[in-house]
Amino acid sequence: MKPAPFAYHAPETVSDVVSLLRDLGEDTKVLAGGQSLVPMMALRLARFDHLIDLNRVGELASIEGQDGTLRVGALVRQAQIERDRTVAAEVPLLARATPLIGHFQIRNRGTVGGSLAHADPAAEYPAVALALDAKLELVSAAGTRVVPASEFFVSTFMTAVEADEVLTAIDFPVWAGRCGFAVEEVARRLGDFALTGAACAVELDDGNRIARAAIGMFGMGSTPLRAPEAEAALTGNPVTDADVAEVGRTAAAESEPPGDVHASPAYRRAVGAVVVARALRAAIEEARRA
Amino acid sequence: MPEPWTVTLTVNGERRQALVEPRRTLADFLREDCALTGTHLGCEHGVCGACTVLLDGDAVRSCLLFAVQADGTEVTTVEGLTLRDGGLNPVQEAFREAHGLQCGFCTPGFVVSVTAYLRDHPSPTEDEIREALSGNLCRCTGYQGIINAARMAGGLP
Repeated sequence: MKPAPFAYHAPETVSDVVSLLRDLGEDTKVLAGGQSLVPMMALRLARFDHLIDLNRVGELASIEGQDGTLRVGALVRQAQIERDRTVAAEVPLLARATPLIGHFQIRNRGTVGGSLAHADPAAEYPAVALALDAKLELVSAAGTRVVPASEFFVSTFMTAVEADEVLTAIDFPVWAGRCGFAVEEVARRLGDFALTGAACAVELDDGNRIARAAIGMFGMGSTPLRAPEAEAALTGNPVTDADVAEVGRTAAAESEPPGDVHASPAYRRAVGAVVVARALRAAIEEARRA
Repeated sequence: MPEPWTVTLTVNGERRQALVEPRRTLADFLREDCALTGTHLGCEHGVCGACTVLLDGDAVRSCLLFAVQADGTEVTTVEGLTLRDGGLNPVQEAFREAHGLQCGFCTPGFVVSVTAYLRDHPSPTEDEIREALSGNLCRCTGYQGIINAARMAGGLP
């Protein structure tokens, strides 16, 4: 028994969750899958007076398609994403990032909302949400607001979620047309957080020009990052002209990778250029076949 | 001290109840309140996999769950995997046959993980088995024997 003592709350509706968040004060944390939060509590890197467990809030655990978006409830487990055919068909980038997260035992508990709200800059889902311009729904006792992924990730482990708010759902835009998607990463061992990785999406028009390109990078800064210059270099140009190796270097130059015992910033930048190139190459190939 | 909770769950088919502090992990509940010490605790922060149990059938780390969260669930520990007559299940048998253990500390977690994985993936490839085993650590580093045991249990030549 290693975590510090806390009072436990197990509400069954979002409205009870937000009432608790309003009433319990600042030393309160929301618990989803617990695969990052509980280790932090066990190591006493984090301690809270109150823990609000979302796991009995059934309304947060559904996946629904609607008008060109796929709405994923915050409590949907990663294992559920891995098995879901609608996700695989409509948001392939989310599906393909999933097997790269931890191990199957972790994915049985870990949730989509938990990964995004934890905001580890080396995690896969935040980069996917950023690349696809997902929208995140935050609810408090005062009401609901929707925050675009580009404004959600503030810094390492820091998001736009206020102390009285809970992340309830994520709307992922469905890319229709001739599209391709790929996630690539380099990790020291299977299941570890990646040194660096990239989640890329590409759409081609009828003239085989790149109509849209999105590059989301993880492990390359204090938040997941887009690579706007690299995306602009691709967009509007014939797909046959795409020099993915050069675009990868452009993307890596737009990053601020951290240095630690696993890799220096320079090494991460070099590897980052390669993973972006690999992901783009795979995404382009898939789009050309579509 | 925060208010304790009464937790009631089914462990290996038996109803278990205890009054626990919210911070008591499911792993500690199993070991301390149920005296089921087959579930081992290595790192206690979700890395080593020694504490893996089945929660409503899914393999999970019992050190990353609080016992209060498991209220109303069905938990299976390594003790619950043996056959009714006390004999070894096919995965346990394979671990013995293939020398899939040295000191044995990590073995309960491996056995539970492999049992769950093979139930869901009855015809795995070699690569899939290696990936499935990647969430459990063996500090004796007897991985080759463990891989052989999982291959044997999974019906690979």
